[in-house]
Amino acid sequence: MSTSNKSVKAAARPGRTLVILALLMLALLASVLISGATAVRLGLDLRGGTSVTLQPRIAPGENGKVTTEAIDQAVSIIRQRVNSLGVAESEVAAQGSGTNRQIIISIPGDTGRRVVELVGQTAELRFRQVLASAPGAASATPADSTATPAAAVTPELNAQFAALDCTKAENLQGTGSDNADSPIIACDRNGGSKYILDKAEVLGRQVSKATAGIDQQGGNAWYVSLVFNDEGTRAFGAITARVTSLPSPQNQVAIVLDGLVVSAPRINEAIPSGNAQITGSFTQVEAQDLANVLKYGALPLAFDRGEVQQVSPTLGADQLNAGLLAGFLGLALVLLYSLLYYRGLGIVSVGSLLVAGALVYLFFLLLGKWIGFTLTLAGIAGAIVAIGITADSFIVYFERIRDEVREGRSLRSAVETGWVRARRTIIVADFVSIIAAVLLYFFAVGGVRGFAFTLGLTTLVDLLVVFAFTKPLTTYLARLNFFSSGHALSGVSPKSLGALSHSTKEA
Amino acid sequence: MSKISGLGGRLHSGETSIDFIGKRRRWYALSGLLIIASIAALSLQGLHLGIEFKGGASYTVTKAGSTVAQADTALASAGISNEVIVQKVGNDKIRIQTGSLTSEKSNALQDALASTFAVSIDSIDTQIIGPSWGKEITRKALYGLIGFIAVVMLYLAMAFEPKMAVAAIVAVIHDVFITVGIYALVGFDVTPATVIGFLTILGYSLYDTVVVFDKVRENTRSVTATSKMTYSQAANLAVNQTLVRSANTSIMALLPVGSILFVGAGLLGAGTLKDLSLALFIGLATGAYSSIFIATPLLAVMREREPAMKALAKRVHARGNSQVLATAGAPSEDVTQKRGPRNQPKRKGRK
Repeated sequence: MSTSNKSVKAAARPGRTLVILALLMLALLASVLISGATAVRLGLDLRGGTSVTLQPRIAPGENGKVTTEAIDQAVSIIRQRVNSLGVAESEVAAQGSGTNRQIIISIPGDTGRRVVELVGQTAELRFRQVLASAPGAASATPADSTATPAAAVTPELNAQFAALDCTKAENLQGTGSDNADSPIIACDRNGGSKYILDKAEVLGRQVSKATAGIDQQGGNAWYVSLVFNDEGTRAFGAITARVTSLPSPQNQVAIVLDGLVVSAPRINEAIPSGNAQITGSFTQVEAQDLANVLKYGALPLAFDRGEVQQVSPTLGADQLNAGLLAGFLGLALVLLYSLLYYRGLGIVSVGSLLVAGALVYLFFLLLGKWIGFTLTLAGIAGAIVAIGITADSFIVYFERIRDEVREGRSLRSAVETGWVRARRTIIVADFVSIIAAVLLYFFAVGGVRGFAFTLGLTTLVDLLVVFAFTKPLTTYLARLNFFSSGHALSGVSPKSLGALSHSTKEA
Repeated sequence: MSKISGLGGRLHSGETSIDFIGKRRRWYALSGLLIIASIAALSLQGLHLGIEFKGGASYTVTKAGSTVAQADTALASAGISNEVIVQKVGNDKIRIQTGSLTSEKSNALQDALASTFAVSIDSIDTQIIGPSWGKEITRKALYGLIGFIAVVMLYLAMAFEPKMAVAAIVAVIHDVFITVGIYALVGFDVTPATVIGFLTILGYSLYDTVVVFDKVRENTRSVTATSKMTYSQAANLAVNQTLVRSANTSIMALLPVGSILFVGAGLLGAGTLKDLSLALFIGLATGAYSSIFIATPLLAVMREREPAMKALAKRVHARGNSQVLATAGAPSEDVTQKRGPRNQPKRKGRK
C-alpha cells in the first residue's frame, strides 16, 4: 500500500467532505425555511394560465429599427396594461437579445381572451392640449374645475369626464386606441388627476430626439430636452403659440402615451424653434423615464402575436401529475437497475441519486424565491433526463473501480486510483453537457429555456454530488469488510469480475 | 450477473475482443445506407411539422362523452375549414387543430366550441401560433445547433485533440441525420419539444463519445513507445473496455426517458413530454451506436494516416500480428497496467 500513498492522502478525510456537504444542505434548508419558499413555483403549463409571446416590429408606415429601448418601453406599457387586470403574479418580460427580443406575458388563472386582446395593441405617443383637468376621483358635478370648458368639449364628454374614476385600476390600463382626431378624456398615468384633452396636434414620430439632462447652474434640477423634426417644429410651434396666453389648465400640453397622460407641462412661451425643454421638480429617474417615453414615441411598435397558450388548471394539474409520475418511475427504474447490476455498490448510487434529488429540490425552491425560477413541464423533463446523466457518473466511476480490481488491486487502492481516472472523464463529459445547456438556454425561446435551465442545474448538482458524496461514501464502504473481502454481493468481488490471478500485485 | 461481469473482465483484458475498428467498413456502409435513406425520406416525405412551425391553432376540450361529431358541428358553425384535424385524445378529450386563424375567427371558434360542448371558454386549452413564429423558432434552433457544434468542437480539441473533436462531431451529425430521417420516415410530429430533444441528443451523444475517447487516449498515450499495438488496436481495446459502461449508460439513460415516453404518451396522449422523450429515445439509441461504431473507427483511421502511426503499424506488423493478439491478454504484457501508475503523477501535476 505504500506506493499508493499519494492517492490515499488525497482522500484521507472522506468524513470531512461529507460533513461539509451535510452543512451545505442544512444551509440550503435553512435558507428555504427563512425565505419561506414552501413550494416550487410552477409554470403556467402546470397550474393553468395564459401566456402570450409577442414579436415586436415597426408599426406599418414607419421606418427605423426595433431598439432595445423601444422594447423596454413597450414592456413597461404592456406591464401597465396587465397590472390593471389586477391578477396576482402576472409577469411581463422581454426575452432574447438585440432586435430579436420577444415580450412574454404570463398571467395565471382564467383570463385568457381579455389578456390577448389587451396586450397586442400598438401604443402611440401624442401631444394634446389640455382642455380641462380635475383630481383623479369621480366627481358629482360635471366639469367642476373649469369655469368655461373649451368649445370642443361636448356635454357627453363632460359627463364622461365627471364619471371617470382614475383611482380604479381598470381605467389605468391604457388602450392605444385613443382617436387622434377627436378630443378624449384621459387619466394621469398614476391615477392622480384626469383630463379632457383636445385632438392630437403633434405626434410621437415627429420627435427626433429626447434626452434627460441636469441643469448645473439652476440648482442641479433635472430636465428633459426635446428636439422636433421639421413637421413637428411647425406643429409644436403652432400649438405653443396658441395656448401660451390661455388660462390654466388650457395652457398645458399633455404628453399622452397609450391613452394615459405621462406629463402635462405648462407652456410658458411660444416655441417656434423645435427645441423645447420640460422642467419641473423631476428626480433623475422621472426625467429619464419621460425622455424614454418621448424617444419611444418616435417609433411606435406593433406586435405580432407569436404564440398564445391557454392552459386550464385541470390540464395543468394533469401535466404536473404526469411529470411527477414519470420522474418517480424513471428514478425507481434507475435505482432498481443499479442495485441489480452493481449490488453492494448500488447502495452508493441510490444514496447519491437521493442526495442529488434533495439538492435539486432545494435549489428549485430557492431559485424560485431568488430569481423567479418557475418549473415547467419541459423543466421537469430536463430533470428526469438528468437522472440518466447523474447515474452515468457513477457508472463511469464504478467501472473504473472494477477495472482496477481486475488488474489485481485491493479494493481500497482501486477506489482511489479508479477515482483519479474517472474524475477527469466525469468532468469533461459533464462539461459538454453544461455547454449544451448554456447554449440551449441562450439560443432558445420559451419552454426550451426551462429545459436547458434544469438540465444545466442538475448537471452542476451531479458534479457536486459525485465529488462531495459518491467518492467519500465509496471510500468509506471500501473499508467495510463486506466490500473489501470481496463478498459475492458487494459488486466488486474480484472473483466474479475475473480479476487477474496474481492479485497480490500492488501498484 | 456473474456472466456479465465475466464478460466485462474478458473485454477489459482483451481476452474477448470485438473488432469494431477492423470491421469499420461494414458499419460505415450500414450508416451510409441509413443516412441515404434518411435524406431520401426527408426529401420525398419531408418532416411532419407541428403548428408551432407553420402557424395555426389548437384547441382541446375536456369533457366526458365528447365526440368528434360535436367538434365538426362547432367548426362548421364558426365557418372554419382550413387544415382542420380533429382527434379524440384519451377518454374525455377532443383536440381540434386548424391552420392559421385571425383573432376574430379564433374567438368565434372558441365560442362555438364552448356552446356545443357546454363548457366555459376558459376551460378550453388553447394554443395559437402566429405564422412568422415558426421561422423564428427554426432560426434559433439552427443557431443553437451551429453554436453548439462550434463550441464543443473547440472544447474537445483543447481537452483532447483536434482529430477527436472532428470524429466526435461527425458522429453527432450522423446521429442528427438518422434521427431526423426516422422522423421523416415514420411521420412523427415535429414540435419545439422535439427540437429540444434533438438538441439534447447532441449533448448526450457527445457525452457518450467523450467517455469512450477518454479511454482511447489513455490506451494510446504510450502506444508509440511500447510498439506492441497499432493505434487501431489500442483504440479497439478501449472501445471493448468501455463497452460495459456504454451499455449500462445507455440503459440507465433510456430507463427515465422511456418512463417519460410511457407516461407522456399513455396518460397525456400528446404534448411536450411525449414529443421530447420520443426524440430522446430514438437519439439515445443512435448516439450509443455512433460513439462505438462510427466515432472511434473514424478517429483511428485519421490517426493511422499520421507518419508516426504508420511507422508504428509497420513495427508492430514486423513483430507479427498474431503475437500481439496473444500477448494482449497476458498479464505481464498488459499495456494499461504498465502505463497506468507511470502516468499518475503527471496527471496530478496538471490539476
